[in-house]
Amino acid sequence: MADAVLSARGLAKEFRGFRAVDGVDLDVAEGSVHALVGPNGAGKTTLFNLLTGFLSPSAGRITVSGHDITGRRPEQVARMGIARSFQITSLFPQMTPREHVELALAGATGITWKFWRSDRLLDRFRDRAMELLGQVGLTAHAGTPAGTLAYGHKRALELALALALDPRVLLLDEPTAGMGVEDVERTVELVRKVRAGRTVVMVEHNMSVVSSLADRVTVLQSGRVLVEGAYAEIRHDPRVISAYLGDAHAED
Amino acid sequence: MILSRLAARPPLLAAGLFLALALPWMIYPPVALDIACWALFAAALDLLLGFTGLLSFGHAAFWGTATYVSGLIALRAGLPFPVAVAGGALAAALLSVPIGYLSVRLRGIYFAMVTLAFAQMVYFVVNQWRDVTGGENGLQGVPRELFGLDLSDSFVFYYAGLPLILAGFLAVWRVVRSPFGRVLMSIRDNPARAQALGYPVQRYKLLAFVLSAGLSGLAGGLFALGHGFASLESVYWTTSGQVVMMVVLGGIGTLWGGVIGAGLVVALNDYLVTSGFDGIGIVTGTIFVLVVLVFRRGIWGTARDLVHARTGRRPDPGQGDASDGTPARPEGVGSPV
Repeated sequence: MADAVLSARGLAKEFRGFRAVDGVDLDVAEGSVHALVGPNGAGKTTLFNLLTGFLSPSAGRITVSGHDITGRRPEQVARMGIARSFQITSLFPQMTPREHVELALAGATGITWKFWRSDRLLDRFRDRAMELLGQVGLTAHAGTPAGTLAYGHKRALELALALALDPRVLLLDEPTAGMGVEDVERTVELVRKVRAGRTVVMVEHNMSVVSSLADRVTVLQSGRVLVEGAYAEIRHDPRVISAYLGDAHAED
Repeated sequence: MILSRLAARPPLLAAGLFLALALPWMIYPPVALDIACWALFAAALDLLLGFTGLLSFGHAAFWGTATYVSGLIALRAGLPFPVAVAGGALAAALLSVPIGYLSVRLRGIYFAMVTLAFAQMVYFVVNQWRDVTGGENGLQGVPRELFGLDLSDSFVFYYAGLPLILAGFLAVWRVVRSPFGRVLMSIRDNPARAQALGYPVQRYKLLAFVLSAGLSGLAGGLFALGHGFASLESVYWTTSGQVVMMVVLGGIGTLWGGVIGAGLVVALNDYLVTSGFDGIGIVTGTIFVLVVLVFRRGIWGTARDLVHARTGRRPDPGQGDASDGTPARPEGVGSPV
């Protein structure tokens, strides 16, 4: 696919004989919202870790706009405009949300090497940080240590951090996991808002979120691509229903 | 800027400065200098242990190398003592580049073991290279002078060296409260997240390692000149162990806890030696075990927690002004080391 911004070819990851990801081909079209779905253990998070450099693949290649990035380290992948959030909320417990976002904004500037300057140098990112926190609805909690935030707020902060990197590709690992209905709705609205000018890849279990956001869906099972297509196409695919969707639909 | 922020906590600052100035009046001046040097050494180690989350068990390599290099500069070139000390600090920093490069990618106990191994290699080289280091005899009769001023009196030398010690503390404090320090703490708390934000974690750790080594060297150089000799003991692993013990005693990640730990250990050692007691290790070891078991956050950390509990004030590490860093337990430091 010529307009694929993020691609994988034959991507595989083996853990002591267990193939968590087993020969995945993936093309994420520029500007699309691409959902990865599948039952637990299908290899979605492993695939995320491979795409973002947190794991190195046992086989296969990853390209960003045609450039091979296989084997790049996470920070290098991040600097190429591929930002990710974490499924299990991954924050700095003692820092406030504002400090989190300031840190995310400062990374690209190089001022964080200045060990001889005051950390008040980071204040210059305050306005932008507050703006981003406002977008995800965290303004009121900007000064609370992240470790004491409510779960939904932590998830929102994850999103703000990914956005702070102003990425071309935003990888969201279960952005609505464990959220109440209201928070899910707000997150869907937010993703809709921030997708302008970006590509979004998301692992998501909530099928109503997938159906309202995703242009394209890849269904994984046992580390392989089971089927890929628009949500309307795949939802009636018998293989998908038997593997996964059947249960989820029963809940809807 | 630095001064205005330090001035935001006048009582502690005044108490610290007063203590630093009054110390040689209160105790035997050479012991006062020992405390000052070890305190800076401990603070420099805490920069790595408490604020970066790396437990180095090989800091004797940097402290010890600096004692020899500073000693040699003063002995052979006859340069003023601040130049000799600066030379020692520089040598320690240079040595730490390859050692840090090869070890910062390791974590927890592996990092500790590799730094220990490198330090033992340095010990071996210093021991074997007799022509330069004097082998088992060490360097004797290192002079200390400044533009013709005779500083051989320990009382006088303490005050001559104090500005360097204070500058070292200021440097550690500045690093911890810098944009760089903010990244270090984020790496300590969650390296994967820091990477995902685009931070090259290894390179930040390496710079922290080099800064810590350089400041340890500053302390070591001054120690050598203060005593007028450099000995093998300074590069031996017990030196690495002792400084780790001081930091743990005082409180990891508290910066000033190391100062208390250093004061306690040095004063106790001195007291036991002068009273002719042989089992120093038993006493310091017992105290160490007790502190680790009873005050898990060290003396300073526990005291601070108590004060905060009393006043209802919450430690707010990222903000800088409110408290002294964060008493987190880095990897590999959960148990007595």
